[in-house]
Amino acid sequence: MFSLEGITTSVQDWLFMKFNPTMALAMECVIVILLSISLFAILGLILVLMERKVAAHIQIRLGPNRVGPGGMFQTVADTLKLIMKEGLVPDKADKFLFNLAPFVVMMVGMLLLAPIAFAKNFQIWDINIGVLYISAVSSLSVIGILMAGWASNNKYSLLGAMRSGAQIVSYELSAGFAVLTIVVLTGSLQLSEIVKAQENGWWIFKGHIPALIAFVLYIIAVTAETNRAPFDLAEAESELTAGFHTEYSGMRFALFFLAEYINIFIVCAIGATLFFGGWMPLHIGNWEAFNHIMDYIPSSVWFMGKTFFLIFLIMWFRWTFPRLRVDQLLNLEWKYLLPISLFNLLLVAIIAILGWHF
Amino acid sequence: MFLKDYISDVVNGVSSLLKGMRKTGYYFTHPKEIITEQYPDNRATLLLSERFKGEVVMPHDANNEHTCTGCTACELACPNGTIKVVTKFEVSPEGKKKKAIDTLVYRLELCTMCNLCIVACPSDAIKMAPNFEHSVFDRTKLTKVLNQPGSKIREGIE
Amino acid sequence: MYNQTEIIKDTSELGADGELVINMGPQHPATHGVLHLVVTLNGETIKKIEPHLGFIHRSIEKMCESLTYRQFIYVTSRMDYLSSHINNLGCALLVEKGMQIEVPERAKYIRVILSELTRIASHELWLGAMAMDLGAFTPFFYAFREREMITDIMEDTCGARLTMNYIVPGGLMYDLHPDFQKKVKAFITQFKSKVTEYEDLVTNNIIFQSRTKGVGILSAEDAISYGCTGPVARASGVSCDIRKIYPYEVYDKVEFDEVIETAGDSFARYIVRVKEMNQSIRIIEQLIDNIPEGDFVGKTKNVLKLPKGEFYSRVETARGEFGVYVVSEGGTTPHRIKFRSPGFSNLSVLNHIAAGGMIGDLMASMGTLDLVIPDIDR
Repeated sequence: MFSLEGITTSVQDWLFMKFNPTMALAMECVIVILLSISLFAILGLILVLMERKVAAHIQIRLGPNRVGPGGMFQTVADTLKLIMKEGLVPDKADKFLFNLAPFVVMMVGMLLLAPIAFAKNFQIWDINIGVLYISAVSSLSVIGILMAGWASNNKYSLLGAMRSGAQIVSYELSAGFAVLTIVVLTGSLQLSEIVKAQENGWWIFKGHIPALIAFVLYIIAVTAETNRAPFDLAEAESELTAGFHTEYSGMRFALFFLAEYINIFIVCAIGATLFFGGWMPLHIGNWEAFNHIMDYIPSSVWFMGKTFFLIFLIMWFRWTFPRLRVDQLLNLEWKYLLPISLFNLLLVAIIAILGWHF
Repeated sequence: MFLKDYISDVVNGVSSLLKGMRKTGYYFTHPKEIITEQYPDNRATLLLSERFKGEVVMPHDANNEHTCTGCTACELACPNGTIKVVTKFEVSPEGKKKKAIDTLVYRLELCTMCNLCIVACPSDAIKMAPNFEHSVFDRTKLTKVLNQPGSKIREGIE
Repeated sequence: MYNQTEIIKDTSELGADGELVINMGPQHPATHGVLHLVVTLNGETIKKIEPHLGFIHRSIEKMCESLTYRQFIYVTSRMDYLSSHINNLGCALLVEKGMQIEVPERAKYIRVILSELTRIASHELWLGAMAMDLGAFTPFFYAFREREMITDIMEDTCGARLTMNYIVPGGLMYDLHPDFQKKVKAFITQFKSKVTEYEDLVTNNIIFQSRTKGVGILSAEDAISYGCTGPVARASGVSCDIRKIYPYEVYDKVEFDEVIETAGDSFARYIVRVKEMNQSIRIIEQLIDNIPEGDFVGKTKNVLKLPKGEFYSRVETARGEFGVYVVSEGGTTPHRIKFRSPGFSNLSVLNHIAAGGMIGDLMASMGTLDLVIPDIDR
């Protein structure tokens, strides 16, 4: 049976057999860096294409269908175009920050890849405070956006950046609370532990209604955190032309664009891990035969399937809803999401203490 | 009371959002509803209305004859100076002089397809054709001579 | 007066008290054309909006003075290109009024049906564009699907999709297409079955409602004093439908309601237009089966000469009252011509209704004013 675990183990064994431990570790690091960079590139290409196809089908269009079969290579062509484009820097921009900003945003995405369990025992860094690490690092991306908005010396960019700052700071809270409900249920901050706790059923089923509410809150909060419509106020095409990346062009713009999709992937991967059991196959109680069949599907497929389902959900939101206004955005967080998530956390704590969950 | 309002607010809001999502979800799962026309591919089957005003043409019959008398009604009717009629005098076999067109110059780049020339024409010599692929690399190609070389006026048209 | 260098100097630095002056347009996704708004902001709050016009000025009024009364009609299609048919009708009515040309009944019926179809098409486009201003991209395509059916009908009958020029003084350019009635009926069924979609996606959507309700409030007094007409004024409770007040063609023979809302906010303007589409469908349904037989164009002289004097005619376009004012010296061309375009007056309230709101409110207000920039600049 295909498994990523087998590949990693054999690669590691081979490296440690051939080289001394320090050398082997260094080579592993290089391999991991290369793999994560290529994952970034591939994910960017796939997600942009997916977004365009989803949008097209929702909007009774066909979407890209000229480059390659079914338009498969459209995003490759777009990337080539972006690479060849001149990257303009505005005259009065803060050149250093302007150039640094896209990389900061990208870096955050890369850091967040570390604790994610892509498949069974296929994880870069199984840190024991994984959930905490994710909440901490994911809020750093706002620094990159603020940097871009400020350094562009453009009023649209500045407004977009300020909106983004207010938005991410507030939505961190309900995203954190939604994550906390699962931590309360599991009793561990380690992602591998959280996945393991869902062996006999995913939290969204086991956790009763509070887990469902937490999931809805999580999806809303991360949609806002990744600056996606209906919360795309930082970009707000019809208001601020392109928001914080108005002045960016060429490859720097591509990095922002890529970072947006990578962030979506990461938050959806975390959502899948917390609520849908990550790579854990669908197990129902004691239906031995059914569980056994489900085990035959590779764990990486399970993980990717769940993640892409959540990504589709977020794309579905984007192409259905109008954009909120900036004060309504904050109202929604402070008057609705935060009280509900606090109340929900209380409910979950009661459930966890009394052991009412399955 | 406050709590009741609050909860009904949330429920109503979420249900209105879900209604919208059901609609877009319906279209996502029903590719038959797609209305895109694959334009350059469907050229063969593309049906334009026969009245579509694409450009002014002058129909010629099998004997390379048209019905334009050179009366310049179209030139006068045109609001933009799109049409220029250059007339000449043809000498008939009997030795009679007769006014006829030398060239009917039509400048597509000026034309607004208002159809006034067609309405003005007393002998139905020109008509609108449903062509719309007019892009060329050289602007001078948009200045057209409508009567074909060697064509002459049909017998009996005054 | 308008001084280019002064504006550039103003907008390149911060205003007094930390005010932020930003230029929206002439190239901006929400202005739907080349409208330039100089917006003074205090944070997210708008303090002042100054529209700068003239980017698409083509001197249409002056141009019309050199065109004959048959020729000048086509130019008006290029002003408010979304209700080009109704603009043409206004000009034709003026010529007919001035010269006492008898228009056959058949032509009158067809003119009204096509006007209402144009109105629906215009409102469909507005609905999509307005939803897009507020960030919902999908309704745009759904609205265009229905609008496409209308443009197909127009293409069949008038030979063009947008700038029809189907109306000539005295009637119509040519007769209806044989398929016209069938296609219009097909459109009506399609429209009625799809109208719920807009309700689900836009009207009842909680985000859309909160974005538009109570935003950009225009009182009835202000609507009158700013000279607003059309759906903008009717949403403020001003009865100003030319079709009701000064019925032209066969509007006095059909039953329809003048849609009036009293809230005066963006949502009311939205509702007025959506309801107006239904009223237009109602008008078409009454007329479509009763088009009388007969000529489609009345007898006119070859050369049209308006008698000496002043003439004014008005029609209700999709945006409001469109007026044509002609001073004739008795020649074949107008001596002076002036168009009263609804967009210009409607734009003038923008500062009044959007100042004090947020940038997002500006989009809602501007979207519901339904501006067509070539109509404003002419």
